[in-house]
Amino acid sequence: MAQEQKQPRKSSENDEVVEEVVETDVAERKEVIDDDVDAILDEIDDVLETNAEDFVKSFIQKGGE
Amino acid sequence: MSVRRVMGTEVEYGISVQGMPAANPMVASSQVVNAYASSTVKARRARWDFEEESPLRDARGFDMSRQVADPSQLTDEDMGLANVILTNGARLYVDHAHPEYSTPEVTNPLDVVRWDKAGEQVMLDASKAAARIPGASPILLYKNNTDNKGASYGAHENYLMRRSTPFAEIVRHLIPFFVSRQVVCGAGRVGIGQDGREHGFQLSQRADYFEVEVGLETTLKRPIINTRDEPHADPEKYRRLHVIIGDANLAEVSTYLKVGMTALVLAMIEDRFITRDLSVESSVASLRAVSHDPGLTHLLRLHDGRTLTAVQLQMEYLELARKHVEDRLGADADPQTLDVLDRWESVLTRLEDDPMQLAGELDWVAKLKLLQQYRDRDGLEWDDAKLHLIDLQYADIRPEKGLYHRLVAGGRIQRLLDDASVERAMHDPPEDTRAYFRGRCLEKYADSVAAASWDSVIFDLPGRESLQRVPTLDPLRGSRAHVGELLDRCDTAEELFRALTH
Repeated sequence: MAQEQKQPRKSSENDEVVEEVVETDVAERKEVIDDDVDAILDEIDDVLETNAEDFVKSFIQKGGE
Repeated sequence: MSVRRVMGTEVEYGISVQGMPAANPMVASSQVVNAYASSTVKARRARWDFEEESPLRDARGFDMSRQVADPSQLTDEDMGLANVILTNGARLYVDHAHPEYSTPEVTNPLDVVRWDKAGEQVMLDASKAAARIPGASPILLYKNNTDNKGASYGAHENYLMRRSTPFAEIVRHLIPFFVSRQVVCGAGRVGIGQDGREHGFQLSQRADYFEVEVGLETTLKRPIINTRDEPHADPEKYRRLHVIIGDANLAEVSTYLKVGMTALVLAMIEDRFITRDLSVESSVASLRAVSHDPGLTHLLRLHDGRTLTAVQLQMEYLELARKHVEDRLGADADPQTLDVLDRWESVLTRLEDDPMQLAGELDWVAKLKLLQQYRDRDGLEWDDAKLHLIDLQYADIRPEKGLYHRLVAGGRIQRLLDDASVERAMHDPPEDTRAYFRGRCLEKYADSVAAASWDSVIFDLPGRESLQRVPTLDPLRGSRAHVGELLDRCDTAEELFRALTH
């Protein structure tokens, strides 16, 4: 998302205003996305089995079919 | 020329006894199946009828001898393992060391999703029932295909095909399709190589376990095209294409497209509609290379000299399928066929643009997105146990623990069906195949059904010395239209049998 700020600025005043609005939008959207990701990961953290290493190690299957 | 065809799935679930990694998986699987049977099946429990099974019949036209067969290929000998037929027409049983659910025969992709999802709920209820046995340790079930330590178990699809289609044509056109279809229906996997010794993410749970192009085996030297040929229908007219290369999918769109796309390709093969050669060089190695490339940029080399990505190769099949449907059906094409074509196109277009757009539809992308978020937040490398745990727990069938289920609950993965429809499919059979007759007989005359299978229902009737076998060799007969009124009218199995044999 950082590259959004690298866009060259336009010179006219009107364009400035439009540009600012866009940037605020992007920043807000990024914040919303970050919050959303945090929320998912927090929820998943709550249900993940504890001690990942032991849990994964003890999942041993026989072949099937 | 449409997605309509007699088909179904069979899924072996991963199983572990909580806190007891050394527990015998056959025993645990039997406990799960038996607990479900005891808690749901009324009165007498019908046996599976093995008379028509021939797992060593090869589609290329010969029988493998029993002496050279691996013991794991002998599935027709009733080894006393748990095995029940459900009122929805499905089969719930123990196959080797896994509980397995086979859907009843259905006629369209959405019904495959419905009865496949019903299977997940049956397994969930079964594991809960097993946990109620005093002294039992909780048994956890996973809808996945590998333990990432070298073992793989299957999620098979079955498609009824016309016998008159030469098997070589099926092989020729399906191999490139299977090499590339994983970009849509892979379930995603953390770990590369059969025992997961290399670190990384790949599209498919199964790709690394396939070693040859064509063969009869399913447990060793797995082939891209399996030649097992038990049609469970008139063998003069039909073959059953037994597809073993797919992953067990949780996302409904993944399952829907997997069988829908495949049904469309089979229709073209039966119609001799594919005239171009889409075959790829080194198909087994290509299958793995596509799976190991979540960026979807790997170039497949075709025998005609072109190089295409797997997504582009899928687009060739899509384009042909669209032409085929337009050519043969035009404005008469049914809505589900058109929906599969549209979704297939939409998914491929977005995969080519940015695969992450599919995180709300396809299993492998949903899983990869979650893994990436963890990697970004916690700085995890691909060998981190937490990422392996996320891969495993994505497939946990418990709604409160399974990560697929948590994503659905949060509105992050789309569904095609509602809970009520899936719940009904746990008990009710599809109405447009012989599964209707099988399921209704088990529901209504449980006391009198001695055994059943895909192609028969066997009655034990009062006053008759021998068992009475009603063959159901035609998958499209025994539907509600054929026998619904008769089953409504007959209060006893005796009445039904008399009416049928009259």
